[in-house]
Amino acid sequence: MAKYLLKRLLRSFITLFIILSIVFVLVRQMPIEGYFPNIEKMSAADIQRGLADRGLDKPILVQLGNFFKDMILHGDLGTSYVYRDEVPVTEILADKIPVSIQLGSMSLCVALLLGLPMGTLMAKYKGKFFDHLGTGFIVMINAVPAAVYYLFIQLYGTELFHINLLFSQNPPVVRWILPVISMSLGNIAYYAMWLRRYMVDESKKDYVMLARIKGANENQIMFKHIFRNAFVPLAQYIPTSFLNTVIGSIYIESLYSIPGMGGLLVDVIKKQDNTMVQGIVLLFACVGVIGLILGDLLMVCLDPRISFAKKGGDR
Amino acid sequence: MALKHPKIEQLEQHCCEALQEDLNDPSLFTYADFDETEVERTGVSNYSYWRSTLRAFSKNKVAMFLLILMLAVVLFTFIQPLLPNQFDPFLVNNNPATGLPLKNQPPNSVHWLGTNQIGQDLWARIWSGTRTSLFIGLAVAMIEACVGILVGVLWGYVRKLDFLFTEIYNVLDNIPSTIVLILISFILKPGVSTIILAMSITGWIGMARFVRNQVLIIRDRDYNVASRCLGTTTWRIIMKNLLPYLVSVIMLRMALSIPGAIGSEVFITYIGLGLPATTPSLGNLINEGRKLMMSPSLRYQLIYPTILLSIVTISFYMIGNAFSDAADPKNHI
Repeated sequence: MAKYLLKRLLRSFITLFIILSIVFVLVRQMPIEGYFPNIEKMSAADIQRGLADRGLDKPILVQLGNFFKDMILHGDLGTSYVYRDEVPVTEILADKIPVSIQLGSMSLCVALLLGLPMGTLMAKYKGKFFDHLGTGFIVMINAVPAAVYYLFIQLYGTELFHINLLFSQNPPVVRWILPVISMSLGNIAYYAMWLRRYMVDESKKDYVMLARIKGANENQIMFKHIFRNAFVPLAQYIPTSFLNTVIGSIYIESLYSIPGMGGLLVDVIKKQDNTMVQGIVLLFACVGVIGLILGDLLMVCLDPRISFAKKGGDR
Repeated sequence: MALKHPKIEQLEQHCCEALQEDLNDPSLFTYADFDETEVERTGVSNYSYWRSTLRAFSKNKVAMFLLILMLAVVLFTFIQPLLPNQFDPFLVNNNPATGLPLKNQPPNSVHWLGTNQIGQDLWARIWSGTRTSLFIGLAVAMIEACVGILVGVLWGYVRKLDFLFTEIYNVLDNIPSTIVLILISFILKPGVSTIILAMSITGWIGMARFVRNQVLIIRDRDYNVASRCLGTTTWRIIMKNLLPYLVSVIMLRMALSIPGAIGSEVFITYIGLGLPATTPSLGNLINEGRKLMMSPSLRYQLIYPTILLSIVTISFYMIGNAFSDAADPKNHI
């Protein structure tokens, strides 16, 4: 297993390297005018000096080499030019990440606490009223674009609870309520839908019938037998979801003006702040790669039937 | 399990009776006549996949209703401009008495859903926007399906390509789609075709991965192994063995990517990379309405486009789900 993990980590590094290189080259395809807001007033020498300041005058491969050298040897991701002048990228990110993690993990906890019982109950009362109610909710959440229902939660939520529109105007606990509700709805529907599906599938299997013959009561069968098996495929996504909270939600954070990671990427891409873009892409890609590995690990821990040794050769 | 099939029982009874009859009857030992209808009865089953699918689908009342509703909506987006008393969605309506634009008129008998900030007719704009959004949704779903199925099948079926494609997927999946969107909007000028291209370029990856996972599940089933042993070409196995089996899940995924594309158009417009404000689309209309939502009297400009958008997306979602149930041969009788 250690060997498998090592191999996977090594491959992840190669993937990260390729991602960063591609993004590095892509952001340098942007027009030069974007770097200087007042380019009409600048002389050619000024422009040349500005480019040299950012290291943009050298050939692209040299720039790429310098970037990786700084990153690996000194852990230096460079400084921001436009977003906040001369502030190191890592410092800006360190300010923003905790806010997004807070919002994301709160909403994920809410989603797990509500979504899992909802899925279980829907499977238990399959075809009854509660199941139909839950299915209606899931259809609504899945079909209506998130951009739309977030807007309506903000619109009517602020009126209903008499709270202010923006994050910073509200007292410490109240400010989280609406963003957390908005953000968790999608995940509640997701976990409820898949848990219901998996539990219904599992409940048709032989071991459930055996448990019933043994005389175990329905609740025991539901929670001890079926739930444990049905939860395994879902467990794979939980580490990724928690790590992904770093990315933040661009839409919710901008609706409530939460100072998190959400809009940052779009913002810095538009402002052509190359060092910031590279830093954020590196962070997101790391999160994605690590999340996948952790998810597989968790699945192995939960289900003794799955092992890494099989995975490579069996297909 | 030990119970005999009723037909076998019947046959046994029949044989017993026949044996008890006089075996000396010579007519029992002549050739039977060739009867075409009898041959047809056992030789050809009248099962047709698409007919059964249609029959199963039409049993779902809700889905049938929504399908008819959607067809009506699509038809109406084309008919609407031809009806009498309609306004041009781009026309700024002026008050004939004063010559000033009719700004923010609440719904009335002339402007059925009122007018927007600069005096354009909201009813006409909503239908024009629905036409644009539906077109974007359908086009993106089609392109995604074509590219995604092609790549996904190769990725899943051809073992040598699996490693390569998986690595490419890992890379592409981690490149933020915003960068791609912005670069495309730099290269091409903003418009419907640009947004379709941008959404397809970032969207086919998910479809390909989905198809790949489905293909992986069935690629080594016995009937495929048998085909391979008999020397069937890869192309034929894909067309005849794999794709017919996957039709229902692929249709479901396609039907879901229509509301998905319409929804992401709203989102892309929100972050400022969408269609230019002169082209009405549901995303543009909702975004315009959003800016006014804090004044309750103007809220209708947000709510009407939202209602239409929700009807369209929910319908496609439900139709897709019902169709995939109907297209699954396990649900055919």
